[in-house]
Amino acid sequence: MSKELIQQFDVLVIGGGPAGMAAAVSAAECGRRVGLVDDNPSLGGQIWRGETANRMSEAGKWAEKLRASDVELICGARVFHQPEVGTLLAEGLENCYELGFQKLVLATGARERFLPFPGWTLPNVMGAGGLQALVKSGLPIAGKRVVVAGSGPLLLAVAAYLHQHGARILMICEQASWTCLLPFGVALLHHPQKIAQGFSLGKELAGVRFVTNCWPVAAKGEETLEAVIVSRGNKRETTSCDYLACGFHLVPNLELATLLGCQIQDGYVKVDDFQETSVRGVLCAGELTGIGGVELSLVEGQIAGFAAGGRGESARQLLKARAKLHRFARVLDRAFSSRSELKSLALPDTIVCRCEDVKYDRLKPYTSWRAAKLQTRCGMGACQGRVCGPATQFLFNWRPDSVRPPIFPTRFENLAAMTCSPDGKHSEVTGGHG
Amino acid sequence: MPELTTVKINGRPVAVASGSTVAVAVMLAGIACRRSVSGEQRSPLCGMGICFECRVEINGRPHCRSCQILARPGMEVSTDE
Repeated sequence: MSKELIQQFDVLVIGGGPAGMAAAVSAAECGRRVGLVDDNPSLGGQIWRGETANRMSEAGKWAEKLRASDVELICGARVFHQPEVGTLLAEGLENCYELGFQKLVLATGARERFLPFPGWTLPNVMGAGGLQALVKSGLPIAGKRVVVAGSGPLLLAVAAYLHQHGARILMICEQASWTCLLPFGVALLHHPQKIAQGFSLGKELAGVRFVTNCWPVAAKGEETLEAVIVSRGNKRETTSCDYLACGFHLVPNLELATLLGCQIQDGYVKVDDFQETSVRGVLCAGELTGIGGVELSLVEGQIAGFAAGGRGESARQLLKARAKLHRFARVLDRAFSSRSELKSLALPDTIVCRCEDVKYDRLKPYTSWRAAKLQTRCGMGACQGRVCGPATQFLFNWRPDSVRPPIFPTRFENLAAMTCSPDGKHSEVTGGHG
Repeated sequence: MPELTTVKINGRPVAVASGSTVAVAVMLAGIACRRSVSGEQRSPLCGMGICFECRVEINGRPHCRSCQILARPGMEVSTDE
């Protein structure tokens, strides 16, 4: 049986990446009682995973500010439901949390977009950020042969990180063309900090093959990955490797924002000048409002934190910096948009939904995500469509469906907490697999 | 040498650097985390708790996302075999 912990906050922040950390620190500076919840064992989000201990880094500086503040940290807990306005439920390994709030800041970040191709379900075919996360979590990579593929600036950052840790990066395949990437390069000139990052990446990746107009068409192997075939111009090239790190840019984690009823526009949460969503008292910062990187996330996080903390003037001072970073984000989106050829990577017998093993040819006849879900169970498995949802949006132009609680698979005993009575007491339910 | 933590995976001891996740221990054991509904072997994909491909049983509790859980001494992990 989980132990139930009830806490009340002025400002509750969901997501402990750069945006969430900045929001929590800023709201706490306003003298508010602040809680910060994250699904991962430690703070930093995906981009700063494992970096918060380094005090010289940007990640370390924010972690230090957080430590110096009175922010209550709840790590290793995922929010799964809002039983009533002003209350969220979160599940940890041992506990169930009931978290009350006056203002809420959503900073749930982004995940990689995965596109199905033959062999993508083989062990050791992973996301680019996925492999990096595993290495940061202790997976030895020295001497391993890695092909990095897909799209987005993340590929370069991942390749540099893996190389630094002794991996042999055989090639980096970027699906976008040089022509598409050019405006991104030009936009970088307006952001000296990003150029500096670029130089350090370049130094790390000197001598590594970076190929544009190139994408994986198949992963091969008996039990596990042995080789990857990439398409390059009108040629196919086979490379033996230990890991394929493959992701097609990023998509925001919209599930919680959608559950709360926040308006979504063009695939992102719509916010006003002060990062407030269409739902009063619910603010949003970071990749949820548009894929823009760490700097933008930090600025948005601070604006949201100050606004939620009631210090509008401090928030206002950051609007100009945000506008500049927004322009960069728009260029980023266009530069790495996926080419239509990627829609034909999946063959009729390629699995699209990995949870329910639904193949491409079973999905093709349907005209909507909902119909496909009902008839094929696509998107109905444990990940609740987090992987195949963005994939089918790209493949079939299906629009996402509404979100229903619990937004993560939840232990039976904690589902009981979902039926919250008005006085806040929950019916006792025992059993489940806890 | 980093400090090591030993967990049991399907009854066999596997040592990982302390601070590693259970997913890393399973990968180092050279086995898959789970079998899909049609029997395919699956291993971690996203590394961040989204895809649920790294599900294993930990200390008798099924469906734990091994990429989000740190390996602790004496943990009993079982995978679909």
